[in-house]
Amino acid sequence: MTIDQQASRASGRGEPPSANTLSRRSFLRVGAAAGGGLMLSLSLPFATGEAEAATDDVFAPNAFVRIGSDGNIILTMPYVEMGQGTYTAIPMLIAEELEVDLKQIELQHAPPDEKLYANPLLGVQATGNSNAIRGAWEPLRQAGATARIMLVAAAAKRWKVDPAACRAERGEVVHAAGRRISYGELAADAARMPVPPSVELKRPQDFKLIGTPAKRLDTPAKVNGTALYGIDARPPGVKIATLAQSPVFGGRVKSVDDAAAKAVNGVRQIVRLDDAIAVVADHMGAAKKGLEALVIEWDDGLHAKLDTGAILGELEQATLNPGAVAQSIGDVDRAMADAVTKVEATYQVPFLAHATMEPMNCTVHLREDGCEIWVGNQALARAQAAAAETADLPLEKVVVHNHLIGGGFGRRLEADGVIRAVEIAKYVDGPVKVVWTREEDIQHDMYRPMFFDRISAGLDAKGTPVAWNNRFAGSSIIARWLPPAFNNGLDPDTTEGAIHLVYDLPNLHVEYVRVEPPGIPTAFWRSVGPSHNVFVTESFMDELAAAAKRDPVAYRLALLDKSPRAQAVLKLAADKAGWGQEIPERVGRGVSVQNAFATYMAQVAEVEVAEDGTVRVRRVVCAVDCGTVVNPDTIQAQIQSAVMFGITAALYGDITLKDGRVEQTNFDSYQILRMDEAPAVEVHIVQSSEAPGGMGEAGTSCIVPAVTNAIFAATGKRLRTLPVDPSTLQQPG
Amino acid sequence: MAFTIKVNDQMHRVDVDDDTPLLWVLRDVLGMTGTKFGCGLALCGACTVHLDGVATRSCVTPIDSIGASEIVTIGATAVGAKIQKAWLDREVVQCGYCQSGQIMSAAELLATNPNPTDADIDDAMSGNICRCGTYARIREAIKQAAAS
Repeated sequence: MTIDQQASRASGRGEPPSANTLSRRSFLRVGAAAGGGLMLSLSLPFATGEAEAATDDVFAPNAFVRIGSDGNIILTMPYVEMGQGTYTAIPMLIAEELEVDLKQIELQHAPPDEKLYANPLLGVQATGNSNAIRGAWEPLRQAGATARIMLVAAAAKRWKVDPAACRAERGEVVHAAGRRISYGELAADAARMPVPPSVELKRPQDFKLIGTPAKRLDTPAKVNGTALYGIDARPPGVKIATLAQSPVFGGRVKSVDDAAAKAVNGVRQIVRLDDAIAVVADHMGAAKKGLEALVIEWDDGLHAKLDTGAILGELEQATLNPGAVAQSIGDVDRAMADAVTKVEATYQVPFLAHATMEPMNCTVHLREDGCEIWVGNQALARAQAAAAETADLPLEKVVVHNHLIGGGFGRRLEADGVIRAVEIAKYVDGPVKVVWTREEDIQHDMYRPMFFDRISAGLDAKGTPVAWNNRFAGSSIIARWLPPAFNNGLDPDTTEGAIHLVYDLPNLHVEYVRVEPPGIPTAFWRSVGPSHNVFVTESFMDELAAAAKRDPVAYRLALLDKSPRAQAVLKLAADKAGWGQEIPERVGRGVSVQNAFATYMAQVAEVEVAEDGTVRVRRVVCAVDCGTVVNPDTIQAQIQSAVMFGITAALYGDITLKDGRVEQTNFDSYQILRMDEAPAVEVHIVQSSEAPGGMGEAGTSCIVPAVTNAIFAATGKRLRTLPVDPSTLQQPG
Repeated sequence: MAFTIKVNDQMHRVDVDDDTPLLWVLRDVLGMTGTKFGCGLALCGACTVHLDGVATRSCVTPIDSIGASEIVTIGATAVGAKIQKAWLDREVVQCGYCQSGQIMSAAELLATNPNPTDADIDDAMSGNICRCGTYARIREAIKQAAAS
């Protein structure tokens, strides 16, 4: 039984609980009575170090493992599944130590609870920044081992034997004399055993599961239409709403004529908020029809004339002034003065939309005494807190059911969709599902920021870089999202990929000037800071190689003696790509190498540029050293995924504003890479026993400069702006 | 207005305006949420169903155009066990949101072309966007299903 069925239970095929009945004991009875282990998500009120006071039904030594006397083994997932494979890799960590087969477990979305489910690296209950495995690697194996040791202890006590003479395997404890007993039968006893203060984890050579391409647990439901995403929630009596938000950020509703909208069959009511109008109906068809029939006058407000050209100008100006020093090595001014050759450039990257396949949505049932929410969200405790604040309810009265996510990419780290839905729900009796149109989704996204870079380097007589100077301006998402991590004008995300470069550069100076675009919300976007910085640094490194008249791979390798892991992936990628072998005219190979998200990666892109300037990525070869691999199939899949995401950005990604409005609307004006444009992506994994690095995002930041460097190789044209403009690449003559 | 439509071999009676897209009748009126909403303009393919065996974008198909045509959605067991098996064998799926539409498009391709070339696959499948970029594995899975 899988997580989608649990979500469906939460979606109201039974009676949703009122806030008053939210006691663990009553839920367990519901679960046991149901007989099939159907359980609603609920955080258990204890942290590590104390086992649950014996109830009769369940063994729950920590927030992640629950074993019922009915034999159901339930793992609570602290991170949410949005395609990155966490609902398989995380269970693998627990199951390895718990000694159960993946087939024996059920999964549950974690409820909001920052104390129990925060990522230890972030301090926040969030899935993002490619750090689920990094954060879970130790603690979740410990959670599994702790549970196993207590189960073995319970069996040993029952049999009056030495625990060392027992072993755990596949959900049972087995004694040398041939006795065996299932975890289910042991559950009640295990709950009374002392929690071991520390546990020894398996040695890598003893792994049975970790390191294998175990089949994903979420996929069977995703190929037959039964998987439930937030947008599929259907509590009984739910109405469907869609909305129009002020086209200009910060604008307000001036007036609305809703007579025609109300007259549409199926439309129930119109909800007028300060800065948005919602149409509530029986189904989305009626809601959309009602939306189109609304006549809304907007007061555009302060940002009525917002224009991306002007914003870029501001960023460019800002880089003329000093910023916060992110890293400084040696004496870059002197080294630059002494350099034989100087190379200077400016770079810029645009705002980008997330464009998740599942448009923004949130279902809310707001009552006087409590609130129930169905959504797919990457930062659930925040979503709960935002809902509680908007509804003016205490936290414990707000129940949030998480769901499988139809694409996150950072969009769903935000609570804006939840807040909006609660605002609307205040006016609606019964549950209301707020579904954004694709147009609203694109035009009211929270965007990957625009950046402007000034970058220069000095080369010695041999062409080796001896000075590197980079200053860039743009938005800090961390300053808004996690203020304690923004200090003295710097944060670890905005500068990742611009500092601590893999290259040996004896004099280096990097500054960041924080500039927030007026009105436009910015947010984390797949590969975050590196999505901007790696494009700049790897393009510019390529410029230096060209200035030195050296091969781009050889040039980089010479600077990587102090970074053996980076050197190794670069060599491997170049070798597998056939770097240096003959290639037709107007076809080029480009390379990039990075250390981001604690993972080393190099990519070679092979790109063909047609006479009319159209760019086609033919092939991508990727070498990756991500430390210990949990699931090699997931690694390959995530790289393929991240590469496609990055190619889309490189070739098409561009959010522009004119007269305060986002100009892009749907997939015709915000183009996404399709099947017939998708290159083959070959992945080569370096074996390593280092701690695991992050894999969800690294491929995106790495591919972009590999593509633009390949375009340079094919055409001699250096691109310092994205997206790629084919008109600049046309074959002359 | 009342309409009777046949979905996955079952008759359903619904009362909606005649220009209501089939997608919303399926998802909101009939509760069949396997068919997904992605764009509303037939640009992404997430809403793909079969109408008398033809892959159709339900987000732009008004209910009054259906008549007696047979609608088949991802929820039908007859969609293609071979296709779904190939999808699982190849671990095609990531977030999965586009995959109902991908599978429906692939099912029509294989029903009409048992041995598709890469160009055939491009033609049949390029209307289905995958934001997670699972295209290479979709292609492999189609070929596996064709060969099985």
